[in-house]
Amino acid sequence: MSDVNMQPTQPEGIIQMDGVHKWYGQFHVLKDINMNVQQGERIVLCGPSGSGKSTTIRCLNRLEEHQQGRILVDGTELTHDLKQIEAVRREVGMVFQHFNLFPHLTVLQNCTLSPMWVRKTPRREAEEMAMHYLERVRIPEQAHKFPGQLSGGQQQRVAIARALCMQPKIMLFDEPTSALDPEMVKEVLDTMIGLAEDGMTMLCVTHEMGFARTVANRVIFMDRGEIVEEAEPNKFFSNPENERTQLFLSQILH
Amino acid sequence: MQNTANVPRRGGSVLTDPKLRALIFQLLAIAAVVGLGWYLFDNTQTNLEQRGITSGFAFLNNTAGFGIAQHLIDYTQTDSYGRVFFVGLLNTLLVSVIGIVLATIIGFLLGVARLSPNWLVRQLATLYIETFRNIPPLLQILFWYFAVMLSLPGPRQSLGVLDSFYLNSRGLYMPSPGLSETFGLFFAALLLAVVASVFLGRWARKRRETTGQPFPVLVSVLALLLVIPGAAVLIAGNPLVWTVPELSGFNFAGGWVLIPELIALTLALSIYTAAFIAEIVRAGIQSVSHGQTEAAHSLGLPAGKTLRLVIIPQALRVIIPPLTSQYLNLAKNSSLAAGIGYPDMVSLFAGTVLNQTGQAIEVIAITMSVYLAISISISLFMNWYNGRIALIER
Repeated sequence: MSDVNMQPTQPEGIIQMDGVHKWYGQFHVLKDINMNVQQGERIVLCGPSGSGKSTTIRCLNRLEEHQQGRILVDGTELTHDLKQIEAVRREVGMVFQHFNLFPHLTVLQNCTLSPMWVRKTPRREAEEMAMHYLERVRIPEQAHKFPGQLSGGQQQRVAIARALCMQPKIMLFDEPTSALDPEMVKEVLDTMIGLAEDGMTMLCVTHEMGFARTVANRVIFMDRGEIVEEAEPNKFFSNPENERTQLFLSQILH
Repeated sequence: MQNTANVPRRGGSVLTDPKLRALIFQLLAIAAVVGLGWYLFDNTQTNLEQRGITSGFAFLNNTAGFGIAQHLIDYTQTDSYGRVFFVGLLNTLLVSVIGIVLATIIGFLLGVARLSPNWLVRQLATLYIETFRNIPPLLQILFWYFAVMLSLPGPRQSLGVLDSFYLNSRGLYMPSPGLSETFGLFFAALLLAVVASVFLGRWARKRRETTGQPFPVLVSVLALLLVIPGAAVLIAGNPLVWTVPELSGFNFAGGWVLIPELIALTLALSIYTAAFIAEIVRAGIQSVSHGQTEAAHSLGLPAGKTLRLVIIPQALRVIIPPLTSQYLNLAKNSSLAAGIGYPDMVSLFAGTVLNQTGQAIEVIAITMSVYLAISISISLFMNWYNGRIALIER
C-alpha cells in the first residue's frame, strides 16, 4: 500500500479510480481501489487467481458495476447513465481471454460491425480500416473466413484488430494469452508489444512476466481485492517490498 | 499354425454364422410385413364387398348437399364432395397460417420479455407461459368459443367501433372493399409510390454505406405511400367502395365476417403455441454465451443492437428446429376445430363427408395425406432456412 500513498500528486489521468469498492453479494471483491493512469502508460496487473484484477479492468468499461467510489475514464464518470457508459465503451477497447469473436460473421464483418453501427462509418471506409488493422496484426488473408476456421492465436489477433477498429484511446486486455496453446502466445504478445510501441494506453491482466518486463511502465500487484504493491517492473521483479508479492513471485518465477 | 484361422471350422452350424443369420432374419421380417399387409388388404376388401360399399374416388364427384359456414372459394349445397375437400383444405390452411404468424410474434415478444431485467415484465411473461402451456389446447379452444365468443351480446347489442366494425356472438363484422371506376388511377399511383420507395430504400442504403449518414427511410417511405396515392384519391375520388355491415332484421348484412369459430380457434392455438415458442426463444437466447454480449457491449453496441445483430442471429440456429416442431403442432392441432364445428379439413371432410358417403378408407387416406403434405412442406422450408443460417466452422 505504501507505494500508492507515496506517489506525488499527479495531473488527472485518462483513467482515475478513487476508492472503488465492489461486492458480489456478501463477498467483498474490490477493496478501496485507487488508480491513476496517464495517457500512453502501459500497466500490467498481476496477482493470484481471484485477487480481483479482472474485475478491476472490467469495471473500467462497466462490464461490472462498482458500488462505491468514483471511476472516471477520459473525463467521463461511469454511473448508471447509459449514454455515459456507451460513450466510455466507444473509447475503450477490450480483448477477452476467450476471444469472444462473433461466430456468425466473417473476420471482416467482425471488424466492421461496430464502426458501421456505432460510429456510422461508411462501409467502404470501415472495410478499409478493418483491412488496415488486419494487416497490422498480420492476418489480412483471413478476412473472409469465419472465426471458427481460425486457430486460437489468429482469433485473438482478430479480436485485437476488431477492438482497434473503433480507434479506442485505451485498450484493456483480460488475460489475452491464457487460453492459447504455448506456440501461439508469442504471436499475440508480439502484436501487443507493437501496439505499446505506438503509444497506446494499455491495461493488461496477464501472467506473462516477460511481457511485463519489456512493455510495462508500472506493474500493479493485487491480492484479495486490494492493490498490494505498485512499482516499475525492474523494482517490482528485483526488489518487491511486500511479503505477499514476494510469495507470488517466488511461485511463478522459477 | 498360421493357417488354422483360415480353415473352416468343422461342425459349425448355419445358425452361428452372423451373415447368414442376419439374412434369415431380414427375410423373415419382410415375409411378416408382406403377410400382414396382404391380410389387412384382403380383410378390408372382403368386408367392403359384404357391405356393398364400392371403393374408389368416384364419390368425390357426387353432390354434397349441405351448407358450410365459411368458404374461401365459392360454394353452394349443389357442389361436389371434391369442392368440399378444397373448402376444408383452405380453411385449415387459413387457421394454420394466421396461427403460425400470430404465435411467432407473441412467442418472440414473450421469450424476450422472460429475460427482461424488469421484474414485473419477467414475472408476467412467466405467468402467461406457465398458464397457457399447461392447459390442454382443446379446453382452451372450448373456452374461447363458449366462454368468450358465444357469451358476447347478440347482433342488436353488438360492440361497435367507428360504426363499421361490430363484434357479437355471431362473429366479427367489418367493411369489405369493392372497386370503383377510379381504382385504376389509384392503383397506378400506389404502384408508383411502391417503386419510388424501393429506389429510395436502395439509395438510402448506398448512402449509409458510402457516407455513413443514416436516412429516415421508414418515415420517408410511409410519407411516399401516403402522399402519392392520397393525391390520386383527392383528384379522382375514392377508389374503393366500402360495404359497411348494417343491422337488418336479426343480423348484420354486407361486409366481411369472421365467424366466431375461426376467431376462437385462431386465438386459442396462437396463445397456446406462443407459450411454447416463448420458451424456445428464451432457451435460444440463453444458449448464446454471455461473452458475446460482453464483447458487443465492449465495442459500444447498445443493448437493442446487441440483441438484433449479435444474439438473435446466433440464437436462431438453436431456435429453428424446435420452432419447426411447434409450427407442425399448430397445423395439426387445428384439427381440434372439430370440437367447436369450425369447418376445417377434419370436421368437414373426415367428419361430414365421411358420414354421408361411408367411404372411410378413402376419406381418411386423403385427409392423412393432406396433413402429411402440409407438415412436410413446413418442415422442408424450415430445414432450408436452418441450413442457410448455420454457422461455418472448419
